[in-house]
Amino acid sequence: MNLHIYLGLLHQGEQTLAKSFRQVSEGHGSEPDVHFLCQSLAQQCDHHEKLLLPIVQQYGQDSSADEPERLHAEGLSKTRSGPVGLLRDLQDLYLLASLVDVTWTMLEQAGQALRDRNLLAVVEHCQKETKVQRRWLQTRMKQAAPQALIVAS
Amino acid sequence: MADRITDIWGTRTPFAGGDEWPTRVDFALEARLTEDDIDHWVQSACVLCSNGCGCDIAVKDGLMVGIRGRSADRINKGRLGPKGLFASWQGVAHKDRLTRPLIREGGHLVETDWDTAMSRVVARSKELLASKGPLSHGFYTSGQLFLEEYYALAVIGKAGIGTPHMDGNTRLCTATAASALKETFGADGQPGAYEDIDACDAIFLYGHNMPETQTVLWSRILDRLAGPTPPKLVCVDPRNTEAARYATVHLAVRPGTNLALMHALIREVLKNGWHDPQYVTEHAIGFDELQEAVQEWTPEAAAEICGVKADDIREAAWIFGTSSTVLSTVLQGFYQSSQATASSCQVNNLHLLRGMLGRPGAGLLQMNGQPTAQNNRECGADGDLPGFRNWGNQGHIEELASLWNVDPGVIPHWAPPTHAMQIFRYAEQGSIDFLWVSATNPAVSMPELPRIRKILSKPDLFLVVQDLYLTETAQLADVVLPAAAWGEKTGTFTNASRVVHLSDKTVEPPGDARADLDIFLDYSRRMEFSTLDGRPLLTWDGPESAFEAWKDCSRGRPCDYTGLSYAKLRGGSGIPWPCNEENPDGVTRLYTDGNFPSAPDYCESYGHDLLTGAAVEPESYRAQKPDGRAWLKTAPYHPPHEEPDDDYPFRYTTGRTAFHFHTRTKTARSRTLNDAAPRMWVEISVEDAQDLGISEGDIVRVSSRRGVIEAPARVSGVRPGTIFAPFHYGYWDASGGGTPELAWRVTAPTAMANSTRRRQTS
Repeated sequence: MNLHIYLGLLHQGEQTLAKSFRQVSEGHGSEPDVHFLCQSLAQQCDHHEKLLLPIVQQYGQDSSADEPERLHAEGLSKTRSGPVGLLRDLQDLYLLASLVDVTWTMLEQAGQALRDRNLLAVVEHCQKETKVQRRWLQTRMKQAAPQALIVAS
Repeated sequence: MADRITDIWGTRTPFAGGDEWPTRVDFALEARLTEDDIDHWVQSACVLCSNGCGCDIAVKDGLMVGIRGRSADRINKGRLGPKGLFASWQGVAHKDRLTRPLIREGGHLVETDWDTAMSRVVARSKELLASKGPLSHGFYTSGQLFLEEYYALAVIGKAGIGTPHMDGNTRLCTATAASALKETFGADGQPGAYEDIDACDAIFLYGHNMPETQTVLWSRILDRLAGPTPPKLVCVDPRNTEAARYATVHLAVRPGTNLALMHALIREVLKNGWHDPQYVTEHAIGFDELQEAVQEWTPEAAAEICGVKADDIREAAWIFGTSSTVLSTVLQGFYQSSQATASSCQVNNLHLLRGMLGRPGAGLLQMNGQPTAQNNRECGADGDLPGFRNWGNQGHIEELASLWNVDPGVIPHWAPPTHAMQIFRYAEQGSIDFLWVSATNPAVSMPELPRIRKILSKPDLFLVVQDLYLTETAQLADVVLPAAAWGEKTGTFTNASRVVHLSDKTVEPPGDARADLDIFLDYSRRMEFSTLDGRPLLTWDGPESAFEAWKDCSRGRPCDYTGLSYAKLRGGSGIPWPCNEENPDGVTRLYTDGNFPSAPDYCESYGHDLLTGAAVEPESYRAQKPDGRAWLKTAPYHPPHEEPDDDYPFRYTTGRTAFHFHTRTKTARSRTLNDAAPRMWVEISVEDAQDLGISEGDIVRVSSRRGVIEAPARVSGVRPGTIFAPFHYGYWDASGGGTPELAWRVTAPTAMANSTRRRQTS
């Protein structure tokens, strides 16, 4: 069984996403809505990690071993500055959140085949929130893009 | 007549539930004048709070000399509050009024004529449109203009220039009311009416200090309470307010915990089976999710978080669940606290669960703070589109484009309209270079003042300020345009009960001051904004033709004005919209049939996730087939982002006093009102005052991580651990937004120290 590879991916993905939300929260704190909201979203990721623990305990996780390094997305190590910088950072968050989202989908597929109700309950709760994170990022980027790309210096 | 400074609410006229509220005519005239001395009376309505009391202005020798409540008006039946009596005509006729346009020359504002001032505005505007395009322009307006003026501004911004950067101070005020209504019902529009006070068996005031904010509405409640069948009163407010003194149940929640309380109230109603399953099935979506979301919120769990007694929560829920008619009103205690929209939506949800809508006494009022905030929302001078149209709906954009005869591509609809704090952020970053501020004073009223003042002072920001006085904001402007005040211009406005009033011009404005509408029309003419066939975009010659144009725009929308006219609004009472062919006398209550404006092609918004503000995609909205059903929406409770700690052990909250309005530009210029409440104070509980060795009148310093105030202390009935200050005297804390509902935060933990032991002497 290779489920542990995906559990490792997911665990790490949520960790990276949480760290990156915190990075953006600090780096773009001057935006009126970014600071506290990204803190809240980081907390959601923390919570997902916690909910994953019993599943990880059951199936194990593999965060390095045979997994090619390139499948792990790097988080944001620092934020860019300015309007375009904000847009790029939000877009990076969007990519990270999308990776987490689709990883949850794979886990859900496995859970269905395993008929593991506990696993499916965790997926249902967490993925719903991940999808909202993606939607918020998209809403926020759509709002920021025209100003950043056309009139910002 | 009683002394209305010491007796704010006046003499009681008790009445029983189901009866009509008795008439009581209040008036104030200049000293030594009697009603016999008055040359004539001019019909209007008061603009000093959101209540919208019908009144007549007394004129003698071409001057406003007094005011009298209109006995025929459904809103006030003749009454007026202290602000209406003492700051309406008096606050306007003041020596500080601006009488000439000003332009900045060599760093100083100097008087000039209209042509010079407007030429300067237009030159900069045209130059920026050519070099950077429409996104370089921002407009920040108010909740105090007239409908015709907002509509002019909306057409200029959305069809003339094509900028999404338009908002009002309403965003920081009661935008939550609009959000909550849109999220739940699919469109803005007050479900209930003030008349629901006359018929209800219970009243819930959610964060609404009505005795101070709408004194005449509170008189209506006092008259019910003094009558033979008084309603039960439940009051959610951290302070021991006047309303709390009459409450059957007073829930003095910790600031920032409203949503936890609301979850518990919903849970109790469901657990005891007080809801109406048939109504819910037929008229609402999302019951199962709502039930699950409140599952953990037992009265004990909420009591722990909110700092109130579990039995009080049970009793409040019992009153809501078992009274045959309930009226709820919601205001700033909810709107300016954390999780504002989600908390306000839970009030909507309580009413949906019991089908408590659309009948006399079964009412819901998501209140406004300003007299014309409703019109700003309707006309789209803020972050909305005219006629409650949906920016995400291409069909609605095409309707507007065809109405205005412009290219639909000009109307900004690619993303949500820009909210106020973001407009200032863009100005800070230099991507907005042209900012036009009308009838509001952001240099005093915005969160994060030092930052806002710095932005407004930026040399490369071209700032136009249109106002009655040389406000703190006007002093920073490049061009200052002197505006006519209430009583000096004609226009209509709509109150929180959807009632439309006409306010006729009474006297000439001072000096060269002009009606706001005339200023906007002049700008549009000079900018040569035009339609697709090359005609001028705005051809109106005054307020009445603007109103007629607005009627066309409102046709078929929830706020339908097509049945109204200036002639119809003269004499008698104000009239509630929708007013059209089917409803020639207007509609007192919306949703009498449980049919809501949620159909995908009709709704004003596809809604948002209440925790993050993430937009719901049109396809996903459509897929849920709302089609006339309302949304039972909620969000999980989360604690305020900053909780009190050892360094900042208090929670801070703000509110209004009966004697002041906004940044006091009008009310502080009324001697009577200013003498009644001349300066800032902070309230602290008896227990905290004792611990800190603070006595009544001591000057204390209150600080947060964002700012400091110093003011005399009032040792009051505010709940321990909480500090209260009135908000008219300048803001000092509150990070900008930070919550998805764009309300500012007033729960910043504060530290309080007795900075000086000096007794206040005056």
